[in-house]
Amino acid sequence: MSLIHCLRALRGIVARELLRFIHQRERFVSALVRPLVWLFVFAAGMRSTLGLSPIPPYETYILYEDYITPGLIGMIQLFNGMQSSLSMVYDREMGNMRTLLVSPLPRWFLLVAKLLAGTVVSVPQVYAFLGIAWFYGVQAPPPGYLALLPALLLTGLMLGALGLLLSSFIEQLENFAGVMNFVIFPMFFMSTALYPLWKIQESSPLLHTLAHYNPFSQAVELIRFALYGQFNAYACAYTTAALVLFLGAAVIGYNPSKGMMQKKGGKQ
Amino acid sequence: MNNSTALFIDNVSLAYGEKLALDQVSFSVFPGECAILLGPNGAGKTSLFSLITRLYDTREGTIEIAGFNLKRQSSQALGKLGVVFQQSTLDPDLSVESNLLYHADLHGLPRKLARARIQEELERQDMFERRREKVRQLNGGHRRRVEIARALLPSPRLLLLDEPTVGLDMPSRRTIVDYVHSLSAEQNIAVLWATHLVDEIFDTDRLIILHKGSIRLQGSARQAQERTGTPNISAAFQHLTRDAK
Repeated sequence: MSLIHCLRALRGIVARELLRFIHQRERFVSALVRPLVWLFVFAAGMRSTLGLSPIPPYETYILYEDYITPGLIGMIQLFNGMQSSLSMVYDREMGNMRTLLVSPLPRWFLLVAKLLAGTVVSVPQVYAFLGIAWFYGVQAPPPGYLALLPALLLTGLMLGALGLLLSSFIEQLENFAGVMNFVIFPMFFMSTALYPLWKIQESSPLLHTLAHYNPFSQAVELIRFALYGQFNAYACAYTTAALVLFLGAAVIGYNPSKGMMQKKGGKQ
Repeated sequence: MNNSTALFIDNVSLAYGEKLALDQVSFSVFPGECAILLGPNGAGKTSLFSLITRLYDTREGTIEIAGFNLKRQSSQALGKLGVVFQQSTLDPDLSVESNLLYHADLHGLPRKLARARIQEELERQDMFERRREKVRQLNGGHRRRVEIARALLPSPRLLLLDEPTVGLDMPSRRTIVDYVHSLSAEQNIAVLWATHLVDEIFDTDRLIILHKGSIRLQGSARQAQERTGTPNISAAFQHLTRDAK
């Protein structure tokens, strides 16, 4: 395996994912509509009922729309990660996945490349959302938009790795609906995407603990701080650790000798 | 193992839980040879292909492709392999050319060489003019041709085809059968063709008859008929696999 071979393969995998994304316009539209509905409808309704005191990285009182925006960016990436894993299950069912898996490269590299491709696809979705939010009045300091990029790559990889791990367990496309109910919704609602941790603690210490240890919360906090040009070291370390854990488990899941596929004797 | 062997399989077994899918399978395929892996549905052909392509890991026995051990030198071994799976593995939403470029990238071909190889392989199958069409717009026979072109892009030493003509009409089947046989004869590629259709066999082919996970016969169609005392290969195949039903 030479470096140039790896780079060519990475280019191929990323290009394919981008081409698929470009051809699926409705996927782009729905990826934008979902957070925009939350911003325009939910956040507007909650603005008057939810008081938010200044907490880092905010230096003053903010509108609820400002608070919820990093959570909605996380939502875009969470859904994108799950969409990628859905496409992995689809590819496996339809057989396309075999082309990838029988190529002369280590499987861990192929999975990382696939993960990176999914993350790259999520970035224009996030910036398109932020562009619309800007005109709506949700405006972060301009340098924050640049500082956000590395944070997006890390959080996108972590959430994508979770999707990859889930896809190694899901045998059929139909089972994917369960992922919505048991993974996406709990992860999103039990996090700091919608309410700050101190607010959650007021109503339920248990929920506070769950939200604190939820990797999605830390991903949202990393995004929140980055958007305001600040670095949250704890969130970064936690997100990185979650990435390593999810990716390691996914690589084992897709390993031809140790993974679930061989144990089930099922499709690849 | 002979160094000139394209595929070397030695005592390979595979079980799904308690069910034995392959039982001590051993055979070799040489360059320029077209070997037909003949077996009824459920004989173990697809399981064997899953092992040769390393979709499953070989736990018992040894598989070598062009002299490379599939378990220890998997990248080198898979680099010498071209595969056409039973189920289409093309992305229907991408063009023919995009599908082939993607495959060329996975095999590390430089872009210039990849484009030249794509043109060469598609022209050989009269598909070059259709390179910009989406795969979804092609019929089953044309998709198969594209898949064969794709498998040949990295100039493999061994070409695996897992029942590639299933679901195709007779003219499409005949085109593919003739083309693949010409590949082994003219380009010295080793071909392993899994099928249950005896009319796809040429007299010059070597048969490997697989039944219930074990090899029942290796040899030419004539040898199969002589051994079973039957008048044609169809009867010989039925004789060798008659407890399949």
